[in-house]
Amino acid sequence: MATNQTNTNTVSFPEHLVCDAPNDMVKRESTLGNLKYLVVGVMFGIVFVKAEIISWFRIQEMFRLHSFHMYGVIGSAVVVGMISVFLIKKFNIKTLAGETVQFHPKKFMRGQIYGGLLFGLGWGITGACPGPLFAQIGSGYVAVIVTLLSAIAGTWTYGLLKDRLPN
Amino acid sequence: MELIELIKKPWPWYVAGPLIGLTVPTLLLIGNKSFGISSSLRHICAACFPANISFFKYDWKKEIWNLFFVVGVLVGGFLATQFLENPDDFVISEKTIAALRELGIQDFKGLMPADLFALENILSLKGFIFFVFGGFLVGFGTRWAGGCTSGHAIMGLSTLQLPSLIATCCFMIGGFVMVQVLLPFIFKLF
Repeated sequence: MATNQTNTNTVSFPEHLVCDAPNDMVKRESTLGNLKYLVVGVMFGIVFVKAEIISWFRIQEMFRLHSFHMYGVIGSAVVVGMISVFLIKKFNIKTLAGETVQFHPKKFMRGQIYGGLLFGLGWGITGACPGPLFAQIGSGYVAVIVTLLSAIAGTWTYGLLKDRLPN
Repeated sequence: MELIELIKKPWPWYVAGPLIGLTVPTLLLIGNKSFGISSSLRHICAACFPANISFFKYDWKKEIWNLFFVVGVLVGGFLATQFLENPDDFVISEKTIAALRELGIQDFKGLMPADLFALENILSLKGFIFFVFGGFLVGFGTRWAGGCTSGHAIMGLSTLQLPSLIATCCFMIGGFVMVQVLLPFIFKLF
């Protein structure tokens, strides 16, 4: 069965590596196994709320250069992420399942500029990138469900128009 | 001070940032997963309405961890708000308050201004701009850019990728243009 699954996974997904958060684990995981990502998500959501990153006001402060908070959060997150990735590569640290950690070099595409600018405009209006959207809804800001649905519609529209856009 | 009291206070950047950064090795080491959140929106499209669009024809079930992750973020938001709520007043920069007052924002009590995020705004022009239009830009833009603040700014920069640096700069430029240049015009509509 395992070989079967590997086969179906590797065929026919040329887009796969374009995905920004690919699953590179060779072994399939059960629903129970997937619960660990839910737990990591819960921790992440708690940090989002407690550091007030989900706040529309914090995003306003950031883009008005009135507070260092968001720059400190993103900057220190990147530094910790960089050191972690460096250590994983240097000592060839394996995953829990004993696999080699996979990294994907990203290719430059014009979409990173056009799409990046559009996302930035949306970030300035909604005060949320995709992660905080989920945390805002969990925090009881029910109206944000509309924002999330619209973001899903935006993603869908991109998929529809993809081949007609400069990528 | 008791630990729980300390946890209930807003967390400073030097606590929150490193914790967010640690998500990168945590996901890599527990399951060889690259950190990224906007991809969950794509998986939802692929799972619910693929509509025969090639961009949504892939094995989304293989990526289902990403959906578990974002459901976790939602639950985490709920738990933090219900059980770890900050007992003190929410503090915003005085300069930001002054600038937003000028635009017509009056509520500075919570994390989100009720002037914009109240439920009854959903069907108004305000709701259309702040939820529908803004949300659409977030979903369309992140997918076109191939990632968001997590996939590009955190995961991409952690792995020293130039395209992610370019994308992150564009996110910031877009945000500055919206807040500094366009928002005053948008608020004139109400």
